[in-house]
Amino acid sequence: MTQSSAFKQRIAEAIADDRLHRAVLSATVERDDLRRAEWARLTDVQGLRELARRIKDHTLDNLDRYLDQLITSFERLGIHVHFASTAEEARAATIDIAREHDCLHIVKSKSMLTEEIHLNEALEQAGLEVIETDLGEYLLQLDDDRPSHITCPAVHKDVAACAQTFTEKLGTPYTEDPPTLVKIARKALRDAFREADMAITGANFAVAESGTIVLIMNEGNGRFCVHHPRVHVAMMGIEKIVPTLNDLSVMLKLLARSATAQRMNIDTHLITGPKRDDDPDGPEHMHVIIVDAGRSAILAGRYREVLRCIRCGACLNACPVYRTVGGHAYGGTYPGPIGKLIAGLLSNYDHGVELPAASSLCGACLDACPVKIDIPRMLLNMRADAIGRSWENRAKSRLLRRAMWAMRSPLRYEWGQRLIRTLMRMKAGRDGWLRRGFGPGRDWTAAQRDMKAPARRSFRDLWKKGEIR
Amino acid sequence: MRVGLFITCLTDTYYPRVGAAVVAVLRHLGCEVRFPTEQTCCGQPAFNNGLLDEARPLVANLAGVFRDDEYVVSPSASCAAMIGEHGPELFSAGSEPRRLIDDLASRMFDFTSFLCNVLKADPAPWIDGLKLDNAAFHYSCHSRPFVSPETAVERIDRLLGGRVTPLERFDQCCGFGGMFAMEYPQISGAMVEDKVQCIEASGAKTIICDEAGCRMNIEGALHRKGMDVRVVHTAEVIAEALGLSLPEGT
Ligand code: SF4
Repeated sequence: MTQSSAFKQRIAEAIADDRLHRAVLSATVERDDLRRAEWARLTDVQGLRELARRIKDHTLDNLDRYLDQLITSFERLGIHVHFASTAEEARAATIDIAREHDCLHIVKSKSMLTEEIHLNEALEQAGLEVIETDLGEYLLQLDDDRPSHITCPAVHKDVAACAQTFTEKLGTPYTEDPPTLVKIARKALRDAFREADMAITGANFAVAESGTIVLIMNEGNGRFCVHHPRVHVAMMGIEKIVPTLNDLSVMLKLLARSATAQRMNIDTHLITGPKRDDDPDGPEHMHVIIVDAGRSAILAGRYREVLRCIRCGACLNACPVYRTVGGHAYGGTYPGPIGKLIAGLLSNYDHGVELPAASSLCGACLDACPVKIDIPRMLLNMRADAIGRSWENRAKSRLLRRAMWAMRSPLRYEWGQRLIRTLMRMKAGRDGWLRRGFGPGRDWTAAQRDMKAPARRSFRDLWKKGEIR
Repeated sequence: MRVGLFITCLTDTYYPRVGAAVVAVLRHLGCEVRFPTEQTCCGQPAFNNGLLDEARPLVANLAGVFRDDEYVVSPSASCAAMIGEHGPELFSAGSEPRRLIDDLASRMFDFTSFLCNVLKADPAPWIDGLKLDNAAFHYSCHSRPFVSPETAVERIDRLLGGRVTPLERFDQCCGFGGMFAMEYPQISGAMVEDKVQCIEASGAKTIICDEAGCRMNIEGALHRKGMDVRVVHTAEVIAEALGLSLPEGT
């Protein structure tokens, strides 16, 4: 099966799943509405977005310098720094750290990067126990499922599905009452925290001047992760740097509002080094793994701006395609508009080359993006990259080339118009509509819609006859 | 004011009545309207699918065709934006075609933006004649370069005397997207299905929608469902109110 037919199959499955569609549509529409309302409350949201864009662009343009500064800051604080140029190196570094400190029980807070590099599977294969402690991620782990949203990983599940998982996997009595479900999870997770000797987190930001790792979350899990276990491993992509704490404040202001329409998240941790002598708690050892895994290649090319992404998920909530198919249909770690970009870019088009075409280029993502990534423009560029890479694309390009060749002459345009009109009006019913299209029109009418036949006379015919007044 | 009409392929072929309405309203407002028949397509289908070399000559052709018009007005914001937003970048800075296309871009508007931003038209002459019961508004995504969803609603309110309410999720894409509708018919179909549900829920009998592509998509889904809802362009509504429209079904 080609990548593109596999993608179409996933789409078909998603669309056939009514429960999924309802859960995703209502959650995303609600979040998008809340975000817009929260943005509107800011005095100058456009100015703030522009500032955030500039901070990120400046950092990316000088990334080598800020990486050096960050590493120096980390080392000054006694944080061990590891650099992984590939996913494999990142996984190996994590396992090595666990071995070095004799750790066996790992708790994790939510991190898309660790999903991207498939860390959990590697840890388990190395004989380590790993438990996700974000409620949504925990649920997915119990279910052997994957996140389908960047900031709301279990958005594809409704309450009934969650309830069922708990009953099946934990043996607790069936209930659809959210507070009771949370209580069940909390009890299970408390045990995990007590036993854990190592915590793995991501990093929402890393501040170059101070060596601060910033973790943002809304459940208490993060606090337990970074306070109790002996060892803390934070994994970050190279693009997570902001130069100063001042810059950070701009980002925080936008991230919470864009992700969850909060002015501030419940938990915003600024972690600056391991436990100091007079600290009551905290990890004795702190490691940071800085991961490249395809990012520096993006930095070097014409898609640099996608590295501005702060993974807020706002573009997913705003996207009509995401609202329709949910996250799993995209087939990779990152779904939605930003996922359409980075799936192909991070893998150098090993996969995801078919994704950019699955967009109406409506621009809702650009309107929603706090750092103003011009996603539609990037999709266009990637469509140019995709030309000739699959038979589906070759067929489409051939068709378009022919049509555009015809359009290069007004005479051919008019004759083409006449031909299409005659053919379509022949096939149309008496009401001027086709229930079944032909040629590429077959796909149009396959999707529960009829196709209009051209008007009896075109505008230009009417104009030439002097009937336009 | 001398205006060149850029009709666009879809309006030319499928909705000549919209083109006629655009001309009638502009003339009513004192514009001199010209329709150069050497115009063809803006190249958007090629451009949107990465075929820049195929789009380039078409954009260049339009730049020549409309070289002498004071303004160029199109019923469609999408095709106008193809020229205004994307056209210039197809040509290297400083080149002659680039100069022409930059110049065209600065004179290019969709009908409704032209009415509001350039003519600053006073709606009083047609307000009383409007036949709009139960009308709702759908915002077409590709008008973004000209107008934000929020401003588009204010604009329609002013032009049509507050007689139109925005659909629920009025600024969510209807699923057209050009080739996308044929390449990913399942997604596109599910998106227009959602649009139709919002229309059904609104109880509207008339939908204002300025893009020919979106209109074909929405009408197609309405027709398949057998729903008796009319989709119209702002220009048609105004022309009807002024008694200047061609008969329905032209
Ligand atoms: S692309 Fe923009 S909106 Fe989407 S997740 Fe990244 S920062 Fe958020």
